[in-house]
Amino acid sequence: MKPFLAQLRAELQLMLRNGEQLLLTLGIPTMLLVFFSLVDVLPKGSAEDPVDFLAPGILALAVMSTAMVSLGIGTGFERSYKVLKRLGATPLGRGRLLAAKIASVVAVEILQFAVLIPVAYALGWRPSGPNWAVAVGAIVVGTVAFGGLGLLIAGVLRAEINLGAQNGLYLVLLLLGGMVIPFSNLPLGLRAVARVLPSGALADVLRQALTGAADRPGLAWIVLAAWAVLTPLAASRLFRWE
Amino acid sequence: MAVDGVSFTAEAGSITAVLGPNGAGKTSTIEVCEGFRTASSGRVRVLGFDPASNQRRLSERMGVMLQDGGVYPSARVADVARLFCDLYGKGEQPSALLDRVGLAARSGSTWRRLSGGERQRLSLAMALAARPDVAFLDEPTSGVDVNGRAEIRAILRDLADRGCCVVLATHELDEAERVADRAVVFDHGRILAAGSLDELRAGQRQIRFRLPTDVVIPDFSPLGFPVLRDGDHFVIESSSAATVAALTSLLAERGLEPVDLRAGQSSLEDVFRRLTAEEQS
Repeated sequence: MKPFLAQLRAELQLMLRNGEQLLLTLGIPTMLLVFFSLVDVLPKGSAEDPVDFLAPGILALAVMSTAMVSLGIGTGFERSYKVLKRLGATPLGRGRLLAAKIASVVAVEILQFAVLIPVAYALGWRPSGPNWAVAVGAIVVGTVAFGGLGLLIAGVLRAEINLGAQNGLYLVLLLLGGMVIPFSNLPLGLRAVARVLPSGALADVLRQALTGAADRPGLAWIVLAAWAVLTPLAASRLFRWE
Repeated sequence: MAVDGVSFTAEAGSITAVLGPNGAGKTSTIEVCEGFRTASSGRVRVLGFDPASNQRRLSERMGVMLQDGGVYPSARVADVARLFCDLYGKGEQPSALLDRVGLAARSGSTWRRLSGGERQRLSLAMALAARPDVAFLDEPTSGVDVNGRAEIRAILRDLADRGCCVVLATHELDEAERVADRAVVFDHGRILAAGSLDELRAGQRQIRFRLPTDVVIPDFSPLGFPVLRDGDHFVIESSSAATVAALTSLLAERGLEPVDLRAGQSSLEDVFRRLTAEEQS
């Protein structure tokens, strides 16, 4: 247990002391939520108040930022700086290293929700009959899907390319995803693509769980579950430790 | 293939240097011993474990110093020391460990801000945190200044005196000569020689000297033994009193003053040069 806790502490220290990571995981989601809730310029689907549409999407964005981008970029650099190699020669072992990374992602997500949910309420968000248990389930499945995707990219690409790829993918998934733009505002072809992406799927199931106003939650659950199975599987097969 | 037909043993309580130029196969060999690489054939045992299949068990008793990296650039020295003390759980105290490698004053710095030598010291501390029974150190003194080298040598000697089997890879022959008890000499993926330093240098007595650059090189044939050229040095493969006397009297007759006249045991560098020359011929 001690090696696990020691590694978890090290992971959290690195994540919370890194300004860029905090900007990504806390700064950008909070800014998007506040700005587009107050400045009503984005399409908002069937919602009357923009925050009603945005809040679940921003929670999904928070999960993607931490589980995919933050974990993926950090792990990619650890690979190139031979941190993973050095840890491989300690009693920690790969299983506990992975467990520590997952635990640190969960801890950061809890911090994100502790900030974002009160901010959304302050902006006037009043979810109608929210099912928080389903929302937590969606966040867990989404974390697995995005974590697998982040580690897959980090374990295959060189560190600098990984950095660009993670940031690029983040932007694409954010814009296409149904996170801040409703599916109904996308052109038909793009909409079909967006519906099978993990970002849109997580945003949609969260919207269903929290406000009941989702696009196609049944399909979204299937899409999200498929990503949550496939990406960790691919990562475990293709991840190169050096 | 990085290395071929490599066979050597390293003993507890002694320092074994794996020597050779860059690209000779030192790191590949060490990484097989550490469990990072698997040998395509042959048998490797470290503390009785097969490192390829048992790196986890081995890691509890093994100190490792990679050739470079191993630490996240924004990680702080004190945090790294604490992490490795906790990962190994052998009761080492982070502050005492940093003190031992001379990094106590830098404990608040990040890895990114450390000099090359300081990074080596921290890597060494990470290996020491294991209280190892076997330590594999890849180029432990590279980038370290003169004082730092002496301190690292003292730490390695102390480690061996406590019964640890210390194996270090280096291309710096003079450094190895100062610290090691035994050496394994590599070139082009093969072992050229292995043994204690005295064994390797046995029978390797010689005289080396230079002459001022502006003089005509004399005819040494009256001496009756060969005088070889090695760059701007002259070498005689003997260091007997008679040889020294014959040489110095011939130089005196010609009015020549030798520069850098040295007689005695060959250095590891001489041994290495001879071994690689023999291999090529």
